[in-house]
Amino acid sequence: MPDVIEKIAIKLTVNGKAHSLTVEPRMLLVELIREALDLTGTHVGCDTTYCGACTVLMNGAAVKSCTIFAVQADGAQIMTVEGLENHGQLHPIQKAFGDAYGLQCGYCTPGLMLSTAQLLSQNKQPSEKEIRKAIAGNTCRCTGYQNILKAIQMAAQSMKGA
Amino acid sequence: MLMEFGEDAKLLAGGQSLIPLMKLRYANPSHLVDLNFISGTSYIREENEALRFGALTRHAQIEASTASANIPIIHDCAAGIADVQVRNRGTIGGSLAEADPSGDWATVLMTLQTEVRCQRSKSDRRVQLADFIKDAYTTALAHDELISEVVVKTPPKGSGGAYLAFKRSAPVYPTASAAVQLTMDGEICKDAAIALGCVGLTAIKAKDAEGVLRGQRVTAKTIATAVEATRAVAEPQSDMRGSADYKRTLVGSLLKRAIDVALRRARGEQIEASHIYA
Repeated sequence: MPDVIEKIAIKLTVNGKAHSLTVEPRMLLVELIREALDLTGTHVGCDTTYCGACTVLMNGAAVKSCTIFAVQADGAQIMTVEGLENHGQLHPIQKAFGDAYGLQCGYCTPGLMLSTAQLLSQNKQPSEKEIRKAIAGNTCRCTGYQNILKAIQMAAQSMKGA
Repeated sequence: MLMEFGEDAKLLAGGQSLIPLMKLRYANPSHLVDLNFISGTSYIREENEALRFGALTRHAQIEASTASANIPIIHDCAAGIADVQVRNRGTIGGSLAEADPSGDWATVLMTLQTEVRCQRSKSDRRVQLADFIKDAYTTALAHDELISEVVVKTPPKGSGGAYLAFKRSAPVYPTASAAVQLTMDGEICKDAAIALGCVGLTAIKAKDAEGVLRGQRVTAKTIATAVEATRAVAEPQSDMRGSADYKRTLVGSLLKRAIDVALRRARGEQIEASHIYA
């Protein structure tokens, strides 16, 4: 290991806002989001590519931000849970998770909502099976998933016209 | 760069295995060379009765591709690896170069004619997949070589395949898996390829079981004999995913179901199959 770790300059857009930063090459994307940008809605659950609490959208695709180096997001468009709302208005996915009681402790919820965002951007009317497959990478230890399913169905319904 | 940094450097493709391994300190490379910014390495092309996958083609791209849907066993594999997030990042080239004993691609591609193109800065060679995978986490790649492309020959008409893997939940590696590709001529099996995953240091080609089916009418009895022959070549280890006995039983049951799906697909039926989990 070198004594001094050289930092690398990157540019990325997070929730529509452009950022230029210098980061250590070993920094994970989730660390950049939480610590450098102070967007703490993205959670670290397992840190082993299992639980999906750190899920964000990178160029529209759901990814586990604990399993990507920050430098790999150079030039990327990132969306975190903070980017879902629009001028104080909850996104239909956020509203549906609340209305359908699709959460209890809420730790997994940001990741689940971004997995939902990718699903509904590709499939406006997903079947129950398609929903289950889309959220298979997000672990929830409270709800038993039934209300999460209902929330995603509700979100799909309310976004149909969009 | 690989020449410059030597053997301690590692290539970073999708990172969905390597980054977790680094966090656990199982991998401790002095340098990482990120391949993701090289353009033109992510593609699926149909050419000369083969599918050519750029090394950086993500599992999700393969899952969504109509070209790979024509070889259902490839779709079974791509659509079932881990979860959406991992499939959005993980790559076919990375999976083969990692050579994890529980990886999915090597097992599946072992049942097809698969060539791995290995590239150095100025030369390029093609290695048959069976010769490419040497041991657990060990391949024929030299330290200054990388995979540029994976070339899979399209199976002949009348051929059907299936891949079934059993896992406890989506994001984990399977407990056991079975891949089978059968080329049928009416009721007679002209050719059979069978490979087992997660029950040895590498994917295991079940040659005895293939011999049981090849040239024969496929009946409940021949299938049962092939399944027994398969269980005999599995070399599972007991671990947190299950005991060796359990995995030996499981891999046989997966093969039996995979043969059923492969036969029906060979007859032209459209059947969904993939990883099985709760």
